[in-house]
Amino acid sequence: MQNFYLTIVLSPLLGAIIAGFFGRILGRSAVHTVTILGVLISTVLSLMVFNHHVLQDNIAFNQNLYTWMQIGGLNMSVGFLVDNLTSVMLVVVSFVSLMVHIYTIGYMNHDKDYTKFFSYISLFTFSMFMLVMSNNFMQLFFGWEAVGLVSYLLIGFWHHKESAVEASLKAFLVNRVGDFGFLLGIGLVLAFGGSLDYIETFASLNSAANPTLWGMDLITVICLLLFVGAMGKSAQVPLHVWLPGSMEGPTPISALIHAATMVTAGIFMVSRMSPLFEMSDVALTVVMIVGAITALFMGLLGIVQNDIKRVVAYSTLSQLGYMTVALGVSAYSVAIFHLMTHAFFKALLFLGAGSVIVAMHHEQDIRQMGGLKKHMPITYWTSLIGTLALIGFPGFAGFYSKDMIIEAVHFSQLPYSNWVYYAVLFGVFITAFYSLRMFFLVFHGKSRVKHENAQHLRESPLSITFPLVMLAIPSAVIGYLTIEPMLFKGWLDEAVTVAQGHVSMVELKQHFHGALGMISHAIQTAPFWMMLAGIATAWVFSLYKTQWADWMQATFKRTNYVLKSLYGFDRLNEIVFVNGVKKLGNILWKVSDSTLIDSIVVNGSAKLVVFIGAIIRPIQTGYIYHYAFFMIFSLLVILTWALFMGNRPLLTF
Amino acid sequence: MENALLSLLICLPILGGAGIILIGDERKNTVRWTSLVLSILVFVLSLNLWTGFDSSTHLMQFVEKSAWISQFDINYHVGVDGISMPLIILTTFSTVLVIVASWESIQKRLAHYMAAFLMMEGLIVGVFSALDSILFYVFWEASLIPMLLIVGIWGGDNRIYAAIKFFLYTFLGSVFMLISLIYMYSQSGSFGVLDMHNLSLSGTEQAWIFWAFFIAFAVKVPMFPVHTWLPDAHVQAPTGGSVILAAIMLKMGGYGFFRFSLPITSDAALQFSDIVIILSLIAIVYIGFVALVQRDMKKLIAYSSISHMGFVTLGVFALFLAYNPQAPEAALLGLEGAMVQMISHGFISAAMFLVVGVLYDRLHSREIATYGGVINSMPKFTGFAVLFAMANAGLPGTSGFVGEFMVILGAVQANIWYAVLAATTLVLGAAYTLWMVKRVFWGAVTNPKVATLNDINGREFSVLVILALAVIIVGLYPQPIIEVMHVSIEHLLNQALTSKL
Repeated sequence: MQNFYLTIVLSPLLGAIIAGFFGRILGRSAVHTVTILGVLISTVLSLMVFNHHVLQDNIAFNQNLYTWMQIGGLNMSVGFLVDNLTSVMLVVVSFVSLMVHIYTIGYMNHDKDYTKFFSYISLFTFSMFMLVMSNNFMQLFFGWEAVGLVSYLLIGFWHHKESAVEASLKAFLVNRVGDFGFLLGIGLVLAFGGSLDYIETFASLNSAANPTLWGMDLITVICLLLFVGAMGKSAQVPLHVWLPGSMEGPTPISALIHAATMVTAGIFMVSRMSPLFEMSDVALTVVMIVGAITALFMGLLGIVQNDIKRVVAYSTLSQLGYMTVALGVSAYSVAIFHLMTHAFFKALLFLGAGSVIVAMHHEQDIRQMGGLKKHMPITYWTSLIGTLALIGFPGFAGFYSKDMIIEAVHFSQLPYSNWVYYAVLFGVFITAFYSLRMFFLVFHGKSRVKHENAQHLRESPLSITFPLVMLAIPSAVIGYLTIEPMLFKGWLDEAVTVAQGHVSMVELKQHFHGALGMISHAIQTAPFWMMLAGIATAWVFSLYKTQWADWMQATFKRTNYVLKSLYGFDRLNEIVFVNGVKKLGNILWKVSDSTLIDSIVVNGSAKLVVFIGAIIRPIQTGYIYHYAFFMIFSLLVILTWALFMGNRPLLTF
Repeated sequence: MENALLSLLICLPILGGAGIILIGDERKNTVRWTSLVLSILVFVLSLNLWTGFDSSTHLMQFVEKSAWISQFDINYHVGVDGISMPLIILTTFSTVLVIVASWESIQKRLAHYMAAFLMMEGLIVGVFSALDSILFYVFWEASLIPMLLIVGIWGGDNRIYAAIKFFLYTFLGSVFMLISLIYMYSQSGSFGVLDMHNLSLSGTEQAWIFWAFFIAFAVKVPMFPVHTWLPDAHVQAPTGGSVILAAIMLKMGGYGFFRFSLPITSDAALQFSDIVIILSLIAIVYIGFVALVQRDMKKLIAYSSISHMGFVTLGVFALFLAYNPQAPEAALLGLEGAMVQMISHGFISAAMFLVVGVLYDRLHSREIATYGGVINSMPKFTGFAVLFAMANAGLPGTSGFVGEFMVILGAVQANIWYAVLAATTLVLGAAYTLWMVKRVFWGAVTNPKVATLNDINGREFSVLVILALAVIIVGLYPQPIIEVMHVSIEHLLNQALTSKL
């Protein structure tokens, strides 16, 4: 089995190396064949691993590959921990990655850096595998930063676009703010757990005394610091600001990195650390509240966006918020379940948006679209499935996972969970509203497409539509198929820990009546009606009475302004962090470093020497009689002092 | 040959350098190839130190000892342990790269230029291997001379100012060291470094000696606030000078703390460790901010060097707080992290200065504003530049991560606030490095001259690819380096924790 794991990781890496270094020599089709083959191997093997661990219930694999560093009794290694959680992640990552690889053939067809793009996305796949398969914090951090690196390179892939380059820098730096906390968390884990290995750490921190740090108990501090890392990667408020900007990158990576996989790394990490988080209700409450804020407020922003990719991006933020809420209420398996369904339907929505963008010749404004349904039937139907899955239409994948999150919050006994419940419930209305608003504006109604684009409107090529269809299938059925085994039949029971007092999962299990039962039961639940209300509102504003939308905007100017300015986060960052830091840097450089230290102290002391020299120099005349005079005069003074003055004069009268 | 290896590594480049001067400045190709062959030879010879090294003992190896000035019991005494050996190899390695990198960019007095680098190589190997303190002092001061000449002759417009500033600054620092060495001789009757390690000293004596050493080493590292010579020297120095300065000469300061301050004045080091740590943290944070706003690429990298060297002194002096008899790993993490950081910084700063050198050779400007969109005309080069920038920003998988990671992990156990301040480098380091990358390499071409740039040639490629491999190999597998130094560092830790009173 060990060779399987190794091959899963290394085959995309090999693909990336071949594409990266020999891409120009090999040519385009060889490059995409090699990289797709690499990811295909990983996908097949991931499915076999999934079968081995999850379906056949074999024990987890945990073994070190090589010693990265050995200092006394401290061992830091590169190694794999493959259990059911990892297996699920492997399948999700490899499958979405494979679809995105295929999709890229069509989408990046005309790009001059075609081979480089393939190299990057394969490298990303490798990094993501390293992240989810790690058995220790060091390697986790490696994967964590490596996916960040590829994300940076891919957001700025069109490096001639200033906005893309800006966005890539911003993404990297904001993630680094998260990593700052993450690294300190890892440091504390080592300091008090004595190891970086997951299993050893969980055991030792569980039994260790819990000292106080910064007014909180140690475990809480560790969990909060680790969660800061998760907030960066999984774009939780206030570290969410990089994700909308990341849409500057090519659409395939928005689907792969900024929707399906990398941004869920934080969710995965917190689930992996569940033994730690379960020890701190304070940390869990913070996680839940941050998630709720993200879920609700980022969703609201989706309503006022007009860029097709940005609507999906804000939707991603909001859905990541849902997952985080699930983590907070200790429903880790529900979070992973939503992570999985979301990976499929959000990748689908992004790729569908990409298909529209290709057809529209890179026009991304949904106000310039409309009526695309008849030109792009496959894109239409697959996007419809994706949208229904996203809004949680009964039967579709998102229905199960989102309903479970809302229910889990309902059962939670953490403080403020009742508020969070209303937030996530209202979020369902918002989700349906912005999703259908976009869907209607793009595919239905009268065509507002500019004349020059209207002529070329046609369905995308097979390499684009095939992944859409392949992703539409799980988006429709995966929830129905897996809810029961994943949440209630113990797929993830051994991989995550839930403390006794956290009852959400237990309650969910008691109230669960089968996947089919949920559909028939849906009509009696609040989320269902919220969703219908959202659909109806979207229909009214974007198809039935479009003038009402303008009227709303004019009447609620302030609200509209707040939403359009994205709550002012970008401006705040610009003023405080960008300009403020530059100013501080300039002051420190000019005032303290150049003037105070260098000019005054350093060059000042040199000048002092010159100055003293200038004073003394006239005395050095070179005339013997001047020197003789000085000697006699000085002798006179000294003798006078010695003879007549001082404490013990030689001569006394 | 086995037992004269260190002497060979010291003498061969010095004598070879003299020989190259004899070839003369006119026969450029002969000079280039002779220097290259010589430096490669020295490098290959120095690898014998690694292969023949016994990492199970902290005792000095490859020792040679013979009387030099017997009246004062001054000996020619050299040898290496796990602390100095990697630094010697770093020295011989960097010299090869510098010679290749200066192949065409230096036209003026080429033979003298190459000779200066080779002689400096020999002298610095001497610094790292000397076990007699007077011998150490002689090498220490002598190594200033070639660098003074390199900056002063082949430097930029303001080279004389920078050269004199560099010389006086570092010279001033080391004079205090000489006084302490002589004082310790008067107490122990020996100039042997290892004898000094065993010398008992009172608290006051230790304090004086500690600060005397501190001035010498802190200037060299350089630590805040005695760092201002470095940006000037780097900006004016030719590319090769900057490379050796950053990659090797700064390490002499760090090495001094390892070889002298900790073992000789262990009580004073404990007493004053907080001050040194605070200065290190200022270097990391404050200099990070200063680096951010630099407009000159070399200045930016120079400031970044100061910030990164802050991790070396932090790692070294955090040991007292981090040490815990049940788990000595924390203190070792700091010390070994400091060593790894020195080696890694040797690779990365060299690479960064070479990257700037490549651009400078083409457009004769170090200003960030001159460039923009370099990737359009130099894609291969940009690949290297981004890799090294990422290493500079401490990306895992590169050597830049290893040392910082170790030091931060160690610092957490010393005092969480130290770690908090040190970890700001994650954001600051990335900010100043990648912002520079953004302005130089990404974006559209604004300066028409940038559009005409030629991508790196085979020679430049070979230098950068070797450094890239070094950066990645150390990042992915640092264990071999840890292994050679571990026992020596453990011994050093014991020395530092043993009172000399």
